[in-house]
Amino acid sequence: MTTAALGDDPNVNPTFYLVEEDEHDHGHEATGGGTLLGFWIYLMSDALIFATLFATYGVLSTSYAGGPVPREIFSLPLVALNTAILLVSSITYGFAMIAMQERKLAAVKLWLIVTGLLGAAFVGIELYEFAELIHEGATPQRSAFLSGFFTLVGTHGLHVTFGILWIGVMLVQLGQRGLHVENQRRLMCLSMFWHFLDVVWIGVFTFVYLLGVLR
Amino acid sequence: MNDATHADASRADAAHSHGDTHGHGSRRGYLIGFLLSAVLTAVPFWAVMTGALQDTQATAILIIALAIVQILVHTVCFLHVNTRAEGGWTLMAYAFTAVMVLIVIAGSLWIMYHLNTNMMPMPAVEMGAPS
Repeated sequence: MTTAALGDDPNVNPTFYLVEEDEHDHGHEATGGGTLLGFWIYLMSDALIFATLFATYGVLSTSYAGGPVPREIFSLPLVALNTAILLVSSITYGFAMIAMQERKLAAVKLWLIVTGLLGAAFVGIELYEFAELIHEGATPQRSAFLSGFFTLVGTHGLHVTFGILWIGVMLVQLGQRGLHVENQRRLMCLSMFWHFLDVVWIGVFTFVYLLGVLR
Repeated sequence: MNDATHADASRADAAHSHGDTHGHGSRRGYLIGFLLSAVLTAVPFWAVMTGALQDTQATAILIIALAIVQILVHTVCFLHVNTRAEGGWTLMAYAFTAVMVLIVIAGSLWIMYHLNTNMMPMPAVEMGAPS
């Protein structure tokens, strides 16, 4: 069969068309699936960024340069409070996802707002902690340990900040268009993002704060 | 089946089919995950803040072990990584990333530790002197 014959054959095009049509039939699932997997792979690459930051911090974590050591500057009650806030924000986002499954738009918005406020509280407390450290002279320039600390924890805080921004955008989207399929897909991506940040925070509070204070 | 009923049907099972491809879990799953991680967070903070174990090394091992367990709990209960989601590809990507993360962190610490211990201390004069 020649190429020309293939192109001219009236039976060929409908076949292609049917394939497309077929894809479109579970289009919501298929595109959603592709996006979700793609977003997941982005998160995994983000995990590698955090891995390099953790490795850097791990290597530099005892290079105090005569400056303050973790035991002197870390306030564990504050970190425990922040950890609790982030953990609760994980479950409130989970409730938003369950409300989405039950197609309760108002509940989704409510839980998103709660999650966003908890996230804002987390970032606020972290900024307060940073301000205190800098006030005490424990600035990123003071020692390699502090450079690594501010880079690692700051990058996580920046991620949370963008997560809050995304929550705000989703609230606008939901307000304008409701729980259509695209918004559901976006909410699921945001869900992965938010829970992923909580996973990274487990590493931060364990390896930076708790092990730092133990050292 | 006409378009309207089809749209309704696909909308009705949208949550379900999404649940199959990338589940967002049940209320029960989230609550179990939350309770487990609350315990897995509280115990290491308690151990470090009260110094209950006396031995620093034992405390360190305990909190690292609990962190690993908690990461797994979050992965299963909140991120819903399992063998079925996306035909197993999220799990594959996750496993691959976990290996990469371990290599990057453990490898860096290993190399830099030995670099630090094996480097001869060099007097400042020699470092700055022209060859």
